[in-house]
Amino acid sequence: MDRIKNTFELCDKENRKAVIAYVTAGCPDLECTENLILKLIESGADIIELGVPFSDPTADGPVIQKASQLALDHGTTLQQILQTASNVRKHSQAPIILFTYYNVLLANGLDKIAAQCAEIGIDGMLIVDLPFEHNAELVPTLQKHGLKLISLIAPTTPAERASKIAEVAEGFIYCITSKGVTGGQTSFAAGIDDNLRNIREKANVPVAAGFGIDSAEKASALAPNCDGIVVGSAIMRCILQSDDPQKGIDSAAGTINKIAKALKQN
Amino acid sequence: MKSKGFYGIYGGQYVAETLMPSLHELEAAYEKYKNDSDFVSELREYLRDYIGRPSPLYFAKRLTEHCDGARIFLKREDLNHTGAHKINNTIGQALLAKFMGKKRLIAETGAGMHGVATATVAALFGMECEVFMGAEDVRRQAPNVQRMEALGSKITSVTSGSSTLKDAMNEAIRNWIKTVDDTFYVIGTVAGPHPYPEMVRHFQSIIGEEARRQIMLKTSKLPDTVIACVGGGSNAMGIFAGFVDDEDVHLVGVEAGGSGLATGKHAASITGGDTGVLHGCKTKLLQTDDGQIIPTHSISAGLDYPGVGPEHSHLADIKRAEYVVIEDKEAIAAFDLLCRTEGIIPALESSHAIAEAAKRAPNMKPDQIIIVNLSGRGDKDMQSVQEFKQSQENK
Repeated sequence: MDRIKNTFELCDKENRKAVIAYVTAGCPDLECTENLILKLIESGADIIELGVPFSDPTADGPVIQKASQLALDHGTTLQQILQTASNVRKHSQAPIILFTYYNVLLANGLDKIAAQCAEIGIDGMLIVDLPFEHNAELVPTLQKHGLKLISLIAPTTPAERASKIAEVAEGFIYCITSKGVTGGQTSFAAGIDDNLRNIREKANVPVAAGFGIDSAEKASALAPNCDGIVVGSAIMRCILQSDDPQKGIDSAAGTINKIAKALKQN
Repeated sequence: MKSKGFYGIYGGQYVAETLMPSLHELEAAYEKYKNDSDFVSELREYLRDYIGRPSPLYFAKRLTEHCDGARIFLKREDLNHTGAHKINNTIGQALLAKFMGKKRLIAETGAGMHGVATATVAALFGMECEVFMGAEDVRRQAPNVQRMEALGSKITSVTSGSSTLKDAMNEAIRNWIKTVDDTFYVIGTVAGPHPYPEMVRHFQSIIGEEARRQIMLKTSKLPDTVIACVGGGSNAMGIFAGFVDDEDVHLVGVEAGGSGLATGKHAASITGGDTGVLHGCKTKLLQTDDGQIIPTHSISAGLDYPGVGPEHSHLADIKRAEYVVIEDKEAIAAFDLLCRTEGIIPALESSHAIAEAAKRAPNMKPDQIIIVNLSGRGDKDMQSVQEFKQSQENK
């Protein structure tokens, strides 16, 4: 069963864009993470990126840094996170992507984790610090277990390189919309619409746009040229700003709901 | 044959996609200019007239007498402009930045020596400069913060994580992702993504080239042992480069043992670590079973890093170099020893190498030779030394 493909096809049929929600696992705790994910799915999220916290998140801005630190302070481990994914899978068939830095996978053993992910029903992995050149280290293992490796394309990626990445991409392509780290950007990189169009032309899989998308307005602006929108820091900001976890979850669900509604009109 | 950017299984380019095009640009520029006659002659002029190279190879007579064994020579990188080996690399990278038309330099720093060396060359070439430094290091290396400010650099104090060198490097990488169009990231050690380990080694290899020539002139033979401290490992790689092909020369890298390996409070990535990926390269790291990086401890801010250059990990694997550990208290004793026997105040980083030499020399013959890379001077460390001694007295 290809849950990622099915999801994008369903969105296409319903004439809307997919909503991809990123969640830092373990912030403030894994029970909250599980409730948050289920609530986000209920509120319009189509795909979940389950973020594995790392001690040195060099591609992340202040919000996800803080969320990751909190999760690690509470002793969150990859094994516990996989258990959370397994719990979510009992209630929902939404695709789950394990979103992680490479070292956490290496330390746990690539083959072991890939096998576990497949058994749980995780659909793919996105590894922030594993560029195209190093894909070969991982792809055979993931393919053996039927997992997709989600590729990233940045505003700095030259057209020729972007084509190469797009041609072999699996699942969907994550297209970074601004130069910088996650969260907090006020404007998208120049030429982002052309970029998205070009990549969409080259790719055999759907193209999602992400980084700094925190409102229905921003999501709507990008929607015409992509197949899905990734929202991450905006969700975790809601969680970090609330003293009461349930309030944080409700507020994050509200944000996702607004974005999902806006994307239906595109 | 090694594949490009790899030393055995170590090295690589494990960075976010946003940075890959810049690494490719840097790689191409480095390959183009490293042997370019204009680049090389300008670099040589700065090495000679600005840094003061060659640095002397000094026979430490009283230290040798004290140890009563092998003859100990010191490669005096502490006499370079700015007081450490770091400037050999920053002048090379800043010159490359100039040839590439970049206007802004950024750097991470631990002890502050690399930060000062980067701030210095930024002033020299009229470039903008921002240095990222862990808040804990800003506190314990205050004189270097003042030097960088005097040189016109902006200092950004980093409070995330353990507020030390690795966190400063995280923040420098994040800043580079945002500013990649006009900014050159001057990495201070032989770590990071390719081409940094190779490039930094290249600019530091002048230490080993000179040391080899100088010891042959003075003694007509090669040394038996070459000793250097290893944090990220740039001064060690620099001096090892001159001798790595001489199979009979024993290479020794000294890691920071902190309060002792058994206490877990140390920074010995090779001796006490496992293979992983951090800051763009695969190498030996101090990490948990779950792949989270462990906060390190060393009295020496410059060695306080949970990783090490990938080539060191490889040299350890193939047993071409030996890696040992010196604890804080041994480094402090060696600091005192060199001050009193030779009238040289060594950096606490270099004191680790001195300590290892003082351990080995008594077991060697008087006709044998040790070269220690005295990578920097210790003026910046007076406060750390005093605090350590007071804490010992209070125990």
